[in-house]
Amino acid sequence: MNKIVMKKVLSEGVKEFEIESPQIAKSRHAGQFVIVRANEKGERIPLTIADANVEKGTITLIFQEVGKSTMLMGSFNEGDSFLDVVGPLGKPTHTENFGTVVCMGGGIGVAPMHPIAQALKQAGNRVIAIIGARSKELLIMEDRIKAASHEMHISTDDGSFGVHGFVTDVLQSLIDKGEKVDLCVAIGPVPMMNASCKLTKQYDIPTVVSLNPIMVDGTGMCGACRVTVGGKTRFVCVDGPEFNGHEVDFVELVKRQRAYLPQEREAREQYQHECGHHNHH
Amino acid sequence: MPREKIPRQQMPEQEADVRRHNFKEVPFGFTPELAQREASRCLFCKKPKCVAGCPVNIDIPAFIRLIKEGDFDGAAKKLKEENALPAICGRVCPQEEQCEIVCVTGIKDEPVAIGRLERFAADYERDNNLVTIPKKAPATGKKAAIVGCGPAGLTVAGELAKLGHDVTIYEALHQPGGVLMYGIPEFRLPKAIVNAEVDYVKKLGVEIIYNAVIGRYLTVDELQGQYDSIFLGTGAGLPYFMNIPGENLNGVYSANEYLTRSNLMRAYLFPEYDTPVVQSKKVAVLGGGNVAMDSARTALRLGAEEVNIIYRRSRKEMPARIEEVHHAEEEGVVMQLLTNPTELLGDEEGWVKGMRCIRMELGEPDASGRRRPVPIEGSEFEIEVDTVVVSIGNGANPLIPQTTEGLDTNKWGNIIADDQTCVTSKPGVYAGGDIVIGAATVILAMGAGKQASQAMHRYMMGIPEPEPEPKDDKKDDKK
Ligand SMILES: Cc1cc2nc3c(=O)[nH]c(=O)nc-3n(C[C@H](O)[C@H](O)[C@H](O)COP(=O)(O)OP(=O)(O)OC[C@H]3O[C@@H](n4cnc5c(N)ncnc54)[C@H](O)[C@@H]3O)c2cc1C
Ligand code: SF4
Ligand code: FES
Repeated sequence: MNKIVMKKVLSEGVKEFEIESPQIAKSRHAGQFVIVRANEKGERIPLTIADANVEKGTITLIFQEVGKSTMLMGSFNEGDSFLDVVGPLGKPTHTENFGTVVCMGGGIGVAPMHPIAQALKQAGNRVIAIIGARSKELLIMEDRIKAASHEMHISTDDGSFGVHGFVTDVLQSLIDKGEKVDLCVAIGPVPMMNASCKLTKQYDIPTVVSLNPIMVDGTGMCGACRVTVGGKTRFVCVDGPEFNGHEVDFVELVKRQRAYLPQEREAREQYQHECGHHNHH
Repeated sequence: MPREKIPRQQMPEQEADVRRHNFKEVPFGFTPELAQREASRCLFCKKPKCVAGCPVNIDIPAFIRLIKEGDFDGAAKKLKEENALPAICGRVCPQEEQCEIVCVTGIKDEPVAIGRLERFAADYERDNNLVTIPKKAPATGKKAAIVGCGPAGLTVAGELAKLGHDVTIYEALHQPGGVLMYGIPEFRLPKAIVNAEVDYVKKLGVEIIYNAVIGRYLTVDELQGQYDSIFLGTGAGLPYFMNIPGENLNGVYSANEYLTRSNLMRAYLFPEYDTPVVQSKKVAVLGGGNVAMDSARTALRLGAEEVNIIYRRSRKEMPARIEEVHHAEEEGVVMQLLTNPTELLGDEEGWVKGMRCIRMELGEPDASGRRRPVPIEGSEFEIEVDTVVVSIGNGANPLIPQTTEGLDTNKWGNIIADDQTCVTSKPGVYAGGDIVIGAATVILAMGAGKQASQAMHRYMMGIPEPEPEPKDDKKDDKK
């Protein structure tokens, strides 16, 4: 169970794992996620399912090493297994033929955006993808996003590849060119989603965001993942992860995501100190 | 003829100022001498009132007699005829409102300590490796799926396995036990005991599949295609919040989250274990039930300097067990009664730093029969807090009803099930425990599990349902 059949380094600190999980591969839909626990002492870490292969019985997870748990998971190799993989969790993306859909992915957010673009394309939409990163080396999944869309634009903050600027700059220029956008999907760091929503709000473009708060169980049992949407408290793991971006309280979300920063720093430093790179058994 | 009067025996326990700093179990349990002395207080009534008070009809005088006679193992076996989890029930059942409240010894004196004796016998059996696996009926070839590995699900699984059925439990979390594992803290119910009881069920041949969130991983309808009957024992796992301003500030937890971090994820061992929990100085726990007591006492053990329980009614209405309130107060938890929070106040970074409260007084009785608390105008005040644990109750998780065709729920979202057979609106699908009756007790969940297992057995074997029993007092008590 949960055996790693393929591992790839996509960019600095960003790893891709293909994991044996036949039932999840079968039952998952675009927009859903899993919770992974590396080992007996591990935290429960939510990760969006970036792709799945029903024939092979595998799911693909892509994550950035930011804290101890993701670094530990990143140290696993092909043939190793994660102790627990729970899912698929969350509500699937609402897919129908909206017309023209812009799918924006920023940084690691390109990974969760991928299956959504696939599903929207399959539902008959014209999918315009805009993917961005801080610089060329950090851009991920270019080929796969290309395949999942009809048209792809790239931006980098430092101009090392594609448009020099943010994904929102690309969207702005599309709108300026007269592109009629029926739906926008924006996934990435909170500032990116917030900026995207501010822009689309001006043009009344319905916008879906996928949120990534701190979670524990992922089944609606604890409330760790609560966010304010449209003035109401919602649990991201069961009511989301996708919400109407124009209603999300991003300021609160950022603060909640930072709740354990001191502990995360402590754990990371201790981990780096103790075991350097491997040795997860 | 006056008998020599033996007082109700106390269990030795850890001193309050020692135990408030550790997660070890509080009472040590009876020694054999104490147990035999306590057992000798029983009158072995011909028509024992205590048995009628027990939701699973344990033959209480019989097991107490065995203890008195020194056959502790026999006492454990006697308990297990009716209750598969006596080491757990002996610790967490509210005996003071079930069997002990009706014990005749309690009329003039204190009742027999039935719960402590139950615990003693079960511990004796386990500690001395005397646990035996009962003989199972020949295999029936029928398969049952159980959703949820809490006390309800474990009971159904054990009973059906004994009847010769092939049983698989699907559990959402990575460990068994439900609330026994993630909710009730180590110092009140050691996890080694829960694991031992789960092992017993596994030894009966039950398979447990973890990390399987039914409704997502597989649906109930998909399970129906693979199994001859299904039991839903998914508990009351949806935390309620107060809906007051500031509840999404950092440092504000549901009791479920606070306890899950500490118990299931072992946050009290951070950073050895990876899951963190907030480091608190001043904690306010909102609510007056067992869950609130568990949260408050956990907060002390996690290092809090000051822990207040904020409860809007008076001490008399507190739903928590008296013993737990007493333990909490001994450890230094302060009860702020007739007090209701109205707003949580935060700092710039989004952390809770204070709480505005209002004093309450008791008015007319409400629907629950308890006097309704009403705010005293102009009595608002603020207290300083850095952590708030909201412990005002749990509702039903909607995931399974939402993803299952034709499964009826009531207006609170609880699954509707027959009170005798536990069958739901969907033939072949049964439900019991907290998901049906709302957040209740371990023993009621087990009682429902027993009833359901019998009905599932009849259903799978094609045995007709017996005529419904005429309602007696006992059955009504269970509601
Ligand atoms: C902190 C706390 C303290 C308590 N103290 C006491 C006490 O002292 N005495 C007492 O008698 N009672 C106590 N209770 C109440 C008691 O624990 C519950 O009444 C009892 O556990 C209910 O049992 P259950 O089997 O119905 O549900 P649970 O114990 O809640 O178990 C349900 C299980 O189902 C799983 N599940 C849920 N949804 C799904 C799904 N979709 N797919 C798969 N699995 C799923 C859950 O993960 C869980 O493991 C306490 C409760 C809490 C929270
Ligand atoms: S009612 Fe009390 S005295 Fe009588 S059998 Fe039960 S425990 Fe013993
Ligand atoms: S993560 Fe626990 S309720 Fe969402």
